Amino acid sequence: MTLLTEPLAYEFFLRALAASAIVGLVCAVVGTYMVLRGLAFMGDALSHAAFPGVVAAYILGAPFYLGATIAAVGTALAIGWITRRGRLRGDTTIGVLFAGMFAFGVFLFSTIPNYVGDLFGFLFGEILGISATDLLALAILGFAVLAIVGLLWKELLYSTFDPLGAGASGLPVAALEYLFLGLIAMTIVISLQAVGIILVVAMLVTPAATAQLVTDRFSRLLLVASAIGIVAPAIGLYISYWTNTASAALIVLVETAAFLGALLLGPRTGLLRRRRRPRDVTV
Amino acid sequence: MTAGSAVASTTSILLGEVAVGYDDRPVLEHVNLTLESGALTAVVGPNGGGKSTLLKLIAGLLKPWSGSVTVLGAAPGVHARSVAYVPQAESVDWSFPVCAADVVMMGRYPRLGPVRRPGPRDHAAVAAALDQVGMGEFARRQIGALSGGQRRRVFLARALASEPQLYLLDEPVTGVDAATQEDLMRVLDIEARAGKTVIASTHDLASAAEHFRSIVAVNRTIVAQGDASLVLDTDVLLRTYGGHLLFVGDRAVLIDDAHHHDEAAGGEIHHHDDADTSQGRRP
Repeated sequence: MTLLTEPLAYEFFLRALAASAIVGLVCAVVGTYMVLRGLAFMGDALSHAAFPGVVAAYILGAPFYLGATIAAVGTALAIGWITRRGRLRGDTTIGVLFAGMFAFGVFLFSTIPNYVGDLFGFLFGEILGISATDLLALAILGFAVLAIVGLLWKELLYSTFDPLGAGASGLPVAALEYLFLGLIAMTIVISLQAVGIILVVAMLVTPAATAQLVTDRFSRLLLVASAIGIVAPAIGLYISYWTNTASAALIVLVETAAFLGALLLGPRTGLLRRRRRPRDVTV
Repeated sequence: MTAGSAVASTTSILLGEVAVGYDDRPVLEHVNLTLESGALTAVVGPNGGGKSTLLKLIAGLLKPWSGSVTVLGAAPGVHARSVAYVPQAESVDWSFPVCAADVVMMGRYPRLGPVRRPGPRDHAAVAAALDQVGMGEFARRQIGALSGGQRRRVFLARALASEPQLYLLDEPVTGVDAATQEDLMRVLDIEARAGKTVIASTHDLASAAEHFRSIVAVNRTIVAQGDASLVLDTDVLLRTYGGHLLFVGDRAVLIDDAHHHDEAAGGEIHHHDDADTSQGRRP
Protein backbone atom coordinates (compact mmCIF):
# COMPACT_ATOMS: atom_id res chain seq x y z
CA MET A 1 0.00 0.00 0.00
CA THR A 2 2.33 2.70 -1.18
CA LEU A 3 -0.72 4.96 -1.22
CA LEU A 4 -0.65 4.87 2.60
CA THR A 5 3.09 4.79 3.17
CA GLU A 6 4.22 7.24 0.52
CA PRO A 7 3.24 10.45 2.39
CA LEU A 8 4.85 9.10 5.58
CA ALA A 9 8.23 9.73 3.98
CA TYR A 10 7.62 13.44 4.35
CA GLU A 11 8.39 14.98 7.71
CA PHE A 12 5.75 17.67 7.25
CA PHE A 13 3.10 14.98 6.82
CA LEU A 14 4.21 13.13 9.96
CA ARG A 15 4.13 16.38 11.94
CA ALA A 16 0.65 17.11 10.59
CA LEU A 17 -0.55 13.62 11.56
CA ALA A 18 0.79 14.01 15.10
CA ALA A 19 -0.57 17.53 15.48
CA SER A 20 -4.01 16.64 14.18
CA ALA A 21 -4.24 13.58 16.43
CA ILE A 22 -3.41 15.69 19.52
CA VAL A 23 -5.79 18.45 18.49
CA GLY A 24 -8.52 15.93 17.66
CA LEU A 25 -8.20 14.17 21.01
CA VAL A 26 -8.13 17.36 23.11
CA CYS A 27 -11.06 18.83 21.16
CA ALA A 28 -13.09 15.63 21.55
CA VAL A 29 -12.59 15.44 25.33
CA VAL A 30 -13.26 19.13 26.01
CA GLY A 31 -16.02 19.12 23.39
CA THR A 32 -17.86 16.28 25.14
CA TYR A 33 -18.22 18.34 28.32
CA MET A 34 -18.97 21.42 26.21
CA VAL A 35 -21.86 19.75 24.42
CA LEU A 36 -23.29 18.38 27.68
CA ARG A 37 -23.11 21.87 29.20
CA GLY A 38 -24.96 23.33 26.22
CA LEU A 39 -21.95 25.49 25.31
CA ALA A 40 -21.53 24.50 21.65
CA PHE A 41 -22.01 28.12 20.55
CA MET A 42 -19.30 29.16 23.02
CA GLY A 43 -16.69 27.26 21.00
CA ASP A 44 -17.50 29.24 17.89
CA ALA A 45 -17.47 32.50 19.82
CA LEU A 46 -14.10 31.92 21.48
CA SER A 47 -12.38 30.88 18.28
CA HIS A 48 -13.49 34.11 16.59
CA ALA A 49 -12.56 36.07 19.70
CA ALA A 50 -9.01 34.75 19.42
CA PHE A 51 -8.56 36.45 16.04
CA PRO A 52 -7.69 39.97 17.33
CA GLY A 53 -5.15 38.33 19.65
CA VAL A 54 -3.50 36.57 16.74
CA VAL A 55 -3.38 39.75 14.64
CA ALA A 56 -2.10 41.85 17.55
CA ALA A 57 0.63 39.29 18.23
CA TYR A 58 1.60 39.43 14.55
CA ILE A 59 1.80 43.23 14.59
CA LEU A 60 3.83 43.26 17.81
CA GLY A 61 6.03 40.38 16.74
CA ALA A 62 4.93 38.30 19.73
CA PRO A 63 4.23 34.55 19.59
CA PHE A 64 0.70 33.93 18.27
CA TYR A 65 -0.03 31.46 21.10
CA LEU A 66 0.31 34.29 23.59
CA GLY A 67 -1.99 36.69 21.75
CA ALA A 68 -4.61 34.04 21.01
CA THR A 69 -4.60 32.78 24.60
CA ILE A 70 -5.00 36.25 26.11
CA ALA A 71 -7.85 37.15 23.74
CA ALA A 72 -9.71 33.83 24.05
CA VAL A 73 -9.32 33.36 27.81
CA GLY A 74 -10.15 37.02 28.41
CA THR A 75 -13.31 36.74 26.33
CA ALA A 76 -14.30 33.48 28.02
CA LEU A 77 -14.01 35.01 31.48
CA ALA A 78 -15.80 38.17 30.33
CA ILE A 79 -18.70 36.12 28.98
CA GLY A 80 -18.96 34.22 32.27
CA TRP A 81 -18.80 37.40 34.33
CA ILE A 82 -21.24 39.45 32.25
CA THR A 83 -23.75 36.60 32.12
CA ARG A 84 -23.63 36.15 35.89
CA ARG A 85 -23.76 39.84 36.73
CA GLY A 86 -25.71 41.37 33.88
CA ARG A 87 -28.80 39.16 34.08
CA LEU A 88 -28.42 38.42 30.39
CA ARG A 89 -28.86 35.05 28.79
CA GLY A 90 -25.55 33.35 28.02
CA ASP A 91 -26.17 33.23 24.26
CA THR A 92 -26.91 36.98 24.22
CA THR A 93 -23.59 37.83 25.86
CA ILE A 94 -21.78 35.38 23.60
CA GLY A 95 -23.36 36.94 20.51
CA VAL A 96 -22.28 40.45 21.46
CA LEU A 97 -18.68 39.65 22.44
CA PHE A 98 -18.14 37.16 19.60
CA ALA A 99 -19.01 39.70 16.92
CA GLY A 100 -17.29 42.57 18.70
CA MET A 101 -14.00 40.74 19.14
CA PHE A 102 -13.96 39.42 15.57
CA ALA A 103 -14.69 42.92 14.24
CA PHE A 104 -11.78 44.22 16.29
CA GLY A 105 -9.59 41.55 14.73
CA VAL A 106 -10.68 42.52 11.21
CA PHE A 107 -10.01 46.18 12.06
CA LEU A 108 -6.49 45.40 13.31
CA PHE A 109 -5.91 43.26 10.24
CA SER A 110 -6.88 46.13 7.95
CA THR A 111 -4.30 48.40 9.59
CA ILE A 112 -1.49 46.16 8.35
CA PRO A 113 -0.26 47.90 5.20
CA ASN A 114 0.86 44.90 3.12
CA TYR A 115 -1.07 41.77 2.34
CA VAL A 116 -0.05 39.03 4.75
CA GLY A 117 -0.88 35.55 3.60
CA ASP A 118 0.00 33.61 6.71
CA LEU A 119 -2.69 35.28 8.80
CA PHE A 120 -5.19 33.60 6.51
CA GLY A 121 -3.75 30.38 7.83
CA PHE A 122 -5.39 31.15 11.13
CA LEU A 123 -8.75 31.60 9.46
CA PHE A 124 -8.65 28.37 7.47
CA GLY A 125 -5.85 26.35 9.04
CA GLU A 126 -2.52 25.18 7.63
CA ILE A 127 -1.64 22.04 9.48
CA LEU A 128 0.67 20.80 6.73
CA GLY A 129 2.89 23.80 7.42
CA ILE A 130 3.24 23.24 11.17
CA SER A 131 6.82 23.58 12.43
CA ALA A 132 8.56 21.28 14.90
CA THR A 133 8.53 24.05 17.51
CA ASP A 134 4.81 24.65 17.06
CA LEU A 135 4.18 20.92 17.34
CA LEU A 136 6.05 20.80 20.63
CA ALA A 137 4.11 23.77 22.03
CA LEU A 138 0.87 22.19 20.87
CA ALA A 139 1.77 18.87 22.53
CA ILE A 140 2.62 20.54 25.85
CA LEU A 141 -0.53 22.67 25.93
CA GLY A 142 -2.67 19.73 24.83
CA PHE A 143 -1.22 17.55 27.56
CA ALA A 144 -1.89 20.31 30.12
CA VAL A 145 -5.57 20.51 29.12
CA LEU A 146 -5.97 16.72 29.22
CA ALA A 147 -4.21 16.56 32.60
CA ILE A 148 -6.60 19.10 34.12
CA VAL A 149 -9.64 17.25 32.78
CA GLY A 150 -8.13 13.97 33.98
CA LEU A 151 -7.74 15.44 37.45
CA LEU A 152 -11.22 16.95 37.68
CA TRP A 153 -13.37 14.78 35.39
CA LYS A 154 -15.70 13.77 38.27
CA GLU A 155 -16.14 17.30 39.53
CA LEU A 156 -16.75 18.64 36.02
CA LEU A 157 -19.29 15.88 35.36
CA TYR A 158 -21.23 16.41 38.60
CA SER A 159 -21.31 20.19 38.29
CA THR A 160 -22.47 19.85 34.67
CA PHE A 161 -25.25 17.41 35.48
CA ASP A 162 -26.56 18.95 38.70
CA PRO A 163 -24.92 22.26 39.64
CA LEU A 164 -27.26 22.72 42.62
CA GLY A 165 -26.61 19.31 44.15
CA ALA A 166 -22.89 19.58 43.43
CA GLY A 167 -22.70 23.08 44.91
CA ALA A 168 -24.59 22.13 48.07
CA SER A 169 -22.22 19.22 48.72
CA GLY A 170 -19.19 21.47 48.52
CA LEU A 171 -17.96 21.46 44.92
CA PRO A 172 -16.84 24.96 43.82
CA VAL A 173 -19.32 25.11 40.95
CA ALA A 174 -18.63 28.70 39.89
CA ALA A 175 -14.85 28.17 39.92
CA LEU A 176 -15.26 24.96 37.91
CA GLU A 177 -17.32 26.84 35.34
CA TYR A 178 -14.65 29.51 34.91
CA LEU A 179 -11.97 26.83 34.77
CA PHE A 180 -13.89 25.02 32.07
CA LEU A 181 -14.30 28.19 30.02
CA GLY A 182 -10.54 28.61 30.32
CA LEU A 183 -10.04 25.03 29.09
CA ILE A 184 -12.24 25.70 26.05
CA ALA A 185 -10.16 28.80 25.29
CA MET A 186 -6.90 26.83 25.60
CA THR A 187 -8.25 24.08 23.38
CA ILE A 188 -9.18 26.59 20.72
CA VAL A 189 -5.75 28.19 20.82
CA ILE A 190 -4.00 24.89 20.17
CA SER A 191 -6.49 24.05 17.40
CA LEU A 192 -6.11 27.30 15.50
CA GLN A 193 -3.15 26.25 13.39
CA ALA A 194 -4.66 22.90 12.55
CA VAL A 195 -8.15 23.80 11.39
CA GLY A 196 -8.39 27.57 11.68
CA ILE A 197 -10.83 29.87 13.40
CA ILE A 198 -13.78 29.12 11.16
CA LEU A 199 -13.74 25.33 11.50
CA VAL A 200 -12.51 24.73 15.04
CA VAL A 201 -16.06 24.55 16.38
CA ALA A 202 -16.58 21.42 14.27
CA MET A 203 -13.59 19.71 15.91
CA LEU A 204 -15.11 20.48 19.32
CA VAL A 205 -18.74 19.67 18.69
CA THR A 206 -18.94 17.03 15.96
CA PRO A 207 -17.15 14.09 17.66
CA ALA A 208 -19.21 14.54 20.86
CA ALA A 209 -22.43 14.94 18.89
CA THR A 210 -21.64 11.81 16.90
CA ALA A 211 -20.93 9.87 20.09
CA GLN A 212 -24.23 11.02 21.59
CA LEU A 213 -26.04 9.35 18.72
CA VAL A 214 -24.32 6.04 19.42
CA THR A 215 -24.27 5.75 23.22
CA ASP A 216 -25.98 7.11 26.32
CA ARG A 217 -23.23 6.40 28.85
CA PHE A 218 -20.77 9.16 29.69
CA SER A 219 -17.64 6.97 29.76
CA ARG A 220 -18.42 5.50 26.31
CA LEU A 221 -19.29 8.96 25.05
CA LEU A 222 -15.75 10.10 25.91
CA LEU A 223 -14.22 7.01 24.30
CA VAL A 224 -16.21 7.22 21.06
CA ALA A 225 -15.64 10.98 20.74
CA SER A 226 -11.89 10.54 21.38
CA ALA A 227 -11.63 7.75 18.81
CA ILE A 228 -13.34 9.94 16.20
CA GLY A 229 -11.17 12.88 17.22
CA ILE A 230 -7.97 10.89 16.63
CA VAL A 231 -8.90 8.84 13.56
CA ALA A 232 -10.91 11.34 11.50
CA PRO A 233 -8.08 13.89 11.09
CA ALA A 234 -5.70 11.15 9.86
CA ILE A 235 -8.21 10.06 7.20
CA GLY A 236 -8.80 13.69 6.28
CA LEU A 237 -5.08 14.36 5.92
CA TYR A 238 -4.57 11.39 3.59
CA ILE A 239 -7.47 12.40 1.38
CA SER A 240 -6.14 15.95 1.38
CA TYR A 241 -2.69 14.65 0.35
CA TRP A 242 -3.98 12.40 -2.42
CA THR A 243 -6.35 14.97 -3.88
CA ASN A 244 -4.22 18.03 -3.14
CA THR A 245 -7.10 19.83 -1.41
CA ALA A 246 -7.55 21.88 1.76
CA SER A 247 -6.54 19.76 4.78
CA ALA A 248 -8.61 21.49 7.45
CA ALA A 249 -11.75 21.26 5.35
CA LEU A 250 -11.21 17.53 4.80
CA ILE A 251 -10.63 16.84 8.49
CA VAL A 252 -13.95 18.51 9.28
CA LEU A 253 -15.68 16.80 6.35
CA VAL A 254 -14.56 13.35 7.55
CA GLU A 255 -15.92 14.12 11.03
CA THR A 256 -19.16 15.35 9.51
CA ALA A 257 -19.38 12.17 7.47
CA ALA A 258 -18.96 10.16 10.70
CA PHE A 259 -21.82 12.15 12.21
CA LEU A 260 -24.07 11.47 9.24
CA GLY A 261 -23.12 7.81 9.36
CA ALA A 262 -24.08 7.63 13.04
CA LEU A 263 -27.30 9.41 12.24
CA LEU A 264 -28.16 6.78 9.65
CA LEU A 265 -27.05 3.77 11.69
CA GLY A 266 -27.35 4.86 15.32
CA PRO A 267 -29.72 3.06 17.73
CA ARG A 268 -32.04 6.03 18.23
CA THR A 269 -32.02 7.74 14.85
CA GLY A 270 -30.99 4.90 12.56
CA LEU A 271 -33.19 4.42 9.54
CA LEU A 272 -32.15 0.79 9.33
CA ARG A 273 -33.27 -0.05 12.85
CA ARG A 274 -36.38 2.00 12.97
CA ARG A 275 -38.66 -0.94 12.29
CA ARG A 276 -37.02 -3.24 14.84
CA ARG A 277 -38.82 -2.06 17.96
CA PRO A 278 -40.43 1.02 19.34
CA ARG A 279 -37.79 2.28 21.74
CA ASP A 280 -38.49 2.85 25.41
CA VAL A 281 -40.15 6.19 25.74
CA THR A 282 -37.34 8.49 26.77
CA VAL A 283 -37.25 12.18 27.20
CA MET B 1 -25.34 10.03 75.06
CA THR B 2 -26.29 7.61 77.84
CA ALA B 3 -26.88 4.00 76.97
CA GLY B 4 -30.32 3.27 75.59
CA SER B 5 -31.28 6.86 75.01
CA ALA B 6 -32.10 8.26 71.61
CA VAL B 7 -29.36 9.96 69.62
CA ALA B 8 -28.34 13.12 71.42
CA SER B 9 -30.24 16.01 69.98
CA THR B 10 -28.30 19.10 68.97
CA THR B 11 -29.19 22.19 67.04
CA SER B 12 -28.79 21.43 63.35
CA ILE B 13 -30.17 24.57 61.71
CA LEU B 14 -30.27 28.01 63.26
CA LEU B 15 -31.53 31.01 61.30
CA GLY B 16 -31.71 34.45 62.91
CA GLU B 17 -33.49 37.38 61.25
CA VAL B 18 -32.46 36.23 57.80
CA ALA B 19 -33.41 38.09 54.64
CA VAL B 20 -32.67 36.52 51.25
CA GLY B 21 -33.79 36.88 47.65
CA TYR B 22 -32.73 37.03 44.01
CA ASP B 23 -31.10 40.09 42.46
CA ASP B 24 -32.88 42.97 44.21
CA ARG B 25 -36.14 41.15 44.90
CA PRO B 26 -36.55 39.82 48.45
CA VAL B 27 -38.21 36.41 48.80
CA LEU B 28 -37.86 35.73 52.51
CA GLU B 29 -37.49 38.24 55.34
CA HIS B 30 -37.26 38.08 59.13
CA VAL B 31 -36.71 34.33 59.05
CA ASN B 32 -36.10 32.83 62.48
CA LEU B 33 -35.90 29.08 62.61
CA THR B 34 -34.36 26.43 64.84
CA LEU B 35 -34.30 22.75 63.91
CA GLU B 36 -32.77 19.97 65.98
CA SER B 37 -30.85 17.07 64.52
CA GLY B 38 -33.20 14.15 64.03
CA ALA B 39 -35.93 16.45 62.76
CA LEU B 40 -38.19 15.18 59.98
CA THR B 41 -39.58 18.47 58.78
CA ALA B 42 -41.87 19.44 55.92
CA VAL B 43 -41.71 22.95 54.52
CA VAL B 44 -45.16 23.91 53.21
CA GLY B 45 -46.48 27.07 51.65
CA PRO B 46 -47.81 28.55 48.43
CA ASN B 47 -45.92 28.77 45.14
CA GLY B 48 -43.55 31.69 45.29
CA GLY B 49 -43.76 31.70 49.09
CA GLY B 50 -40.08 30.81 49.42
CA LYS B 51 -39.96 27.06 50.09
CA SER B 52 -37.21 26.39 47.56
CA THR B 53 -35.43 29.58 48.57
CA LEU B 54 -35.34 28.44 52.21
CA LEU B 55 -33.81 25.10 51.18
CA LYS B 56 -31.22 26.79 48.95
CA LEU B 57 -30.32 29.18 51.75
CA ILE B 58 -29.66 26.31 54.14
CA ALA B 59 -27.79 24.44 51.39
CA GLY B 60 -25.44 27.40 51.01
CA LEU B 61 -26.55 27.92 47.39
CA LEU B 62 -27.87 31.39 48.21
CA LYS B 63 -26.07 33.91 50.37
CA PRO B 64 -28.24 35.65 52.97
CA TRP B 65 -28.61 39.40 52.51
CA SER B 66 -28.65 39.86 56.25
CA GLY B 67 -29.06 37.86 59.43
CA SER B 68 -27.20 34.80 60.63
CA VAL B 69 -27.26 31.28 59.22
CA THR B 70 -25.77 28.33 61.09
CA VAL B 71 -25.84 24.88 59.49
CA LEU B 72 -24.50 21.85 61.39
CA GLY B 73 -22.80 24.19 63.84
CA ALA B 74 -20.99 26.40 61.34
CA ALA B 75 -21.54 28.81 58.47
CA PRO B 76 -23.22 27.27 55.38
CA GLY B 77 -20.71 25.45 53.21
CA VAL B 78 -18.27 24.62 56.01
CA HIS B 79 -19.75 21.14 56.41
CA ALA B 80 -20.93 20.93 52.80
CA ARG B 81 -19.85 17.32 52.42
CA SER B 82 -22.37 16.43 55.12
CA VAL B 83 -25.18 18.06 53.16
CA ALA B 84 -27.21 16.27 50.50
CA TYR B 85 -29.40 18.49 48.34
CA VAL B 86 -31.92 17.00 45.94
CA PRO B 87 -33.21 19.52 43.37
CA GLN B 88 -36.69 19.65 41.91
CA ALA B 89 -37.20 17.07 39.20
CA GLU B 90 -37.73 19.66 36.49
CA SER B 91 -34.36 21.32 37.02
CA VAL B 92 -32.60 18.12 35.91
CA ASP B 93 -31.61 17.32 32.31
CA TRP B 94 -33.01 13.79 32.01
CA SER B 95 -31.40 13.21 28.63
CA PHE B 96 -27.95 13.43 30.26
CA PRO B 97 -25.86 10.37 29.35
CA VAL B 98 -25.71 8.72 32.77
CA CYS B 99 -27.36 5.63 34.24
CA ALA B 100 -28.93 5.34 37.69
CA ALA B 101 -25.73 4.04 39.28
CA ASP B 102 -23.71 6.90 37.74
CA VAL B 103 -26.03 9.44 39.35
CA VAL B 104 -25.80 7.74 42.74
CA MET B 105 -22.00 7.58 42.43
CA MET B 106 -21.94 11.37 42.06
CA GLY B 107 -22.99 11.48 45.71
CA ARG B 108 -19.59 9.96 46.51
CA TYR B 109 -17.55 12.45 44.43
CA PRO B 110 -17.28 15.30 46.96
CA ARG B 111 -15.84 13.04 49.65
CA LEU B 112 -13.44 11.44 47.16
CA GLY B 113 -11.99 14.77 46.14
CA PRO B 114 -10.08 15.33 42.89
CA VAL B 115 -7.63 12.72 41.60
CA ARG B 116 -9.08 9.75 43.52
CA ARG B 117 -11.26 7.40 41.52
CA PRO B 118 -14.25 5.59 43.02
CA GLY B 119 -13.08 2.40 44.74
CA PRO B 120 -14.75 -0.81 45.99
CA ARG B 121 -16.18 0.96 49.04
CA ASP B 122 -17.84 3.56 46.82
CA HIS B 123 -19.31 0.92 44.52
CA ALA B 124 -20.62 -0.95 47.56
CA ALA B 125 -22.18 2.23 48.95
CA VAL B 126 -23.85 2.93 45.60
CA ALA B 127 -25.27 -0.60 45.39
CA ALA B 128 -26.52 -0.42 48.98
CA ALA B 129 -28.17 2.96 48.41
CA LEU B 130 -29.91 1.72 45.25
CA ASP B 131 -31.17 -1.34 47.14
CA GLN B 132 -32.44 0.86 49.96
CA VAL B 133 -34.73 2.70 47.55
CA GLY B 134 -35.69 -0.47 45.66
CA MET B 135 -33.78 0.44 42.50
CA GLY B 136 -31.09 -2.26 42.55
CA GLU B 137 -32.26 -3.88 39.33
CA PHE B 138 -32.34 -0.57 37.46
CA ALA B 139 -28.74 0.41 38.24
CA ARG B 140 -27.62 0.31 34.58
CA ARG B 141 -30.66 2.03 33.11
CA GLN B 142 -30.27 5.48 31.55
CA ILE B 143 -32.04 8.02 33.74
CA GLY B 144 -34.23 9.26 30.90
CA ALA B 145 -35.69 5.76 30.58
CA LEU B 146 -36.87 5.76 34.21
CA SER B 147 -40.37 6.75 35.35
CA GLY B 148 -40.90 9.88 37.42
CA GLY B 149 -41.10 7.93 40.66
CA GLN B 150 -37.98 5.92 39.82
CA ARG B 151 -36.08 9.13 39.12
CA ARG B 152 -36.96 10.45 42.58
CA ARG B 153 -35.82 7.16 44.08
CA VAL B 154 -32.46 7.44 42.29
CA PHE B 155 -31.90 10.97 43.57
CA LEU B 156 -32.71 9.90 47.12
CA ALA B 157 -30.22 7.06 46.66
CA ARG B 158 -27.61 9.63 45.64
CA ALA B 159 -28.29 11.52 48.86
CA LEU B 160 -28.01 8.30 50.90
CA ALA B 161 -24.73 7.35 49.22
CA SER B 162 -23.17 10.65 50.27
CA GLU B 163 -23.77 9.68 53.94
CA PRO B 164 -24.92 13.16 54.95
CA GLN B 165 -25.95 14.62 58.29
CA LEU B 166 -28.48 16.89 56.61
CA TYR B 167 -30.95 16.07 53.83
CA LEU B 168 -32.47 18.96 51.87
CA LEU B 169 -35.07 17.75 49.39
CA ASP B 170 -36.98 20.06 47.07
CA GLU B 171 -40.38 18.49 46.33
CA PRO B 172 -39.15 14.89 46.69
CA VAL B 173 -42.59 13.29 46.51
CA THR B 174 -44.50 15.77 44.35
CA GLY B 175 -46.59 13.93 41.82
CA VAL B 176 -45.10 10.50 42.46
CA ASP B 177 -47.24 7.42 42.93
CA ALA B 178 -48.38 6.42 46.41
CA ALA B 179 -46.08 3.39 46.64
CA THR B 180 -43.02 5.51 45.85
CA GLN B 181 -44.12 8.14 48.33
CA GLU B 182 -44.47 5.53 51.08
CA ASP B 183 -41.10 3.96 50.24
CA LEU B 184 -39.20 7.25 50.12
CA MET B 185 -40.76 8.51 53.34
CA ARG B 186 -39.94 5.25 55.11
CA VAL B 187 -36.26 5.67 54.15
CA LEU B 188 -36.23 9.31 55.28
CA ASP B 189 -37.93 8.37 58.55
CA ILE B 190 -35.20 5.83 59.29
CA GLU B 191 -32.52 8.43 58.53
CA ALA B 192 -34.15 10.97 60.84
CA ARG B 193 -34.42 8.40 63.63
CA ALA B 194 -30.69 7.80 63.22
CA GLY B 195 -30.13 11.46 64.09
CA LYS B 196 -29.91 12.94 60.60
CA THR B 197 -31.82 16.13 59.89
CA VAL B 198 -34.35 15.82 57.08
CA ILE B 199 -36.01 18.88 55.55
CA ALA B 200 -38.28 18.54 52.51
CA SER B 201 -40.52 21.00 50.77
CA THR B 202 -43.90 19.75 49.66
CA HIS B 203 -47.12 20.96 48.06
CA ASP B 204 -49.04 18.11 49.58
CA LEU B 205 -50.46 19.09 52.98
CA ALA B 206 -51.98 15.67 53.57
CA SER B 207 -48.62 14.03 52.95
CA ALA B 208 -46.92 16.59 55.19
CA ALA B 209 -49.29 15.81 58.05
CA GLU B 210 -49.04 12.07 57.56
CA HIS B 211 -45.32 11.56 56.97
CA PHE B 212 -43.46 14.33 58.76
CA ARG B 213 -43.02 14.96 62.45
CA SER B 214 -42.76 18.71 62.24
CA ILE B 215 -43.95 21.34 59.83
CA VAL B 216 -42.71 24.77 58.90
CA ALA B 217 -45.24 26.97 57.07
CA VAL B 218 -43.57 29.52 54.81
CA ASN B 219 -44.95 32.53 53.00
CA ARG B 220 -42.45 35.39 52.66
CA THR B 221 -41.38 34.49 56.21
CA ILE B 222 -41.91 31.66 58.68
CA VAL B 223 -45.65 31.84 59.28
CA ALA B 224 -45.77 29.01 61.78
CA GLN B 225 -43.74 26.10 63.05
CA GLY B 226 -45.08 23.10 64.93
CA ASP B 227 -46.02 19.45 64.81
CA ALA B 228 -48.07 17.76 62.12
CA SER B 229 -51.38 19.07 63.49
CA LEU B 230 -50.29 22.50 62.28
CA VAL B 231 -51.72 21.89 58.82
CA LEU B 232 -55.14 21.35 60.38
CA ASP B 233 -55.09 24.76 62.02
CA THR B 234 -57.38 26.99 59.96
CA ASP B 235 -55.73 30.16 61.20
CA VAL B 236 -52.29 28.98 60.15
CA LEU B 237 -53.58 27.84 56.79
CA LEU B 238 -55.23 31.18 56.22
CA ARG B 239 -52.04 33.07 57.02
CA THR B 240 -49.97 30.74 54.85
CA TYR B 241 -52.16 30.39 51.80
CA GLY B 242 -54.39 33.47 52.02
CA GLY B 243 -56.94 33.56 49.23
CA HIS B 244 -56.18 30.05 48.02
CA LEU B 245 -58.36 28.60 50.77
CA LEU B 246 -61.94 27.59 50.27
CA PHE B 247 -64.01 27.08 53.37
CA VAL B 248 -66.45 24.21 53.30
CA GLY B 249 -68.36 24.31 56.56
CA ASP B 250 -65.65 24.58 59.17
CA ARG B 251 -63.04 22.81 57.09
CA ALA B 252 -60.54 24.63 54.92
CA VAL B 253 -59.82 23.26 51.48
CA LEU B 254 -56.69 24.30 49.62
CA ILE B 255 -57.35 25.05 46.01
CA ASP B 256 -55.25 25.72 42.97
CA ASP B 257 -51.90 24.83 44.42
CA ALA B 258 -51.43 21.16 43.69
CA HIS B 259 -48.55 20.54 41.34
CA HIS B 260 -48.21 17.34 39.42
CA HIS B 261 -44.95 17.19 37.54
CA ASP B 262 -44.38 13.51 37.58
CA GLU B 263 -44.90 12.77 33.93
CA ALA B 264 -43.49 16.03 32.66
CA ALA B 265 -41.21 15.49 29.71
CA GLY B 266 -37.61 16.61 29.96
CA GLY B 267 -37.90 19.46 27.53
CA GLU B 268 -41.15 20.72 28.91
CA ILE B 269 -40.91 24.01 30.71
CA HIS B 270 -42.82 24.48 33.90
CA HIS B 271 -43.39 27.93 35.07
CA HIS B 272 -42.71 28.50 38.73
CA ASP B 273 -43.16 31.68 40.63
CA ASP B 274 -40.50 30.38 42.94
CA ALA B 275 -37.97 32.56 41.18
CA ASP B 276 -35.57 29.79 40.42
CA THR B 277 -36.51 28.80 36.90
CA SER B 278 -34.22 31.46 35.50
CA GLN B 279 -31.23 29.88 37.12
CA GLY B 280 -32.32 26.28 36.58
CA ARG B 281 -29.28 24.67 35.03
CA ARG B 282 -26.71 27.26 35.89
CA PRO B 283 -26.97 28.96 39.25
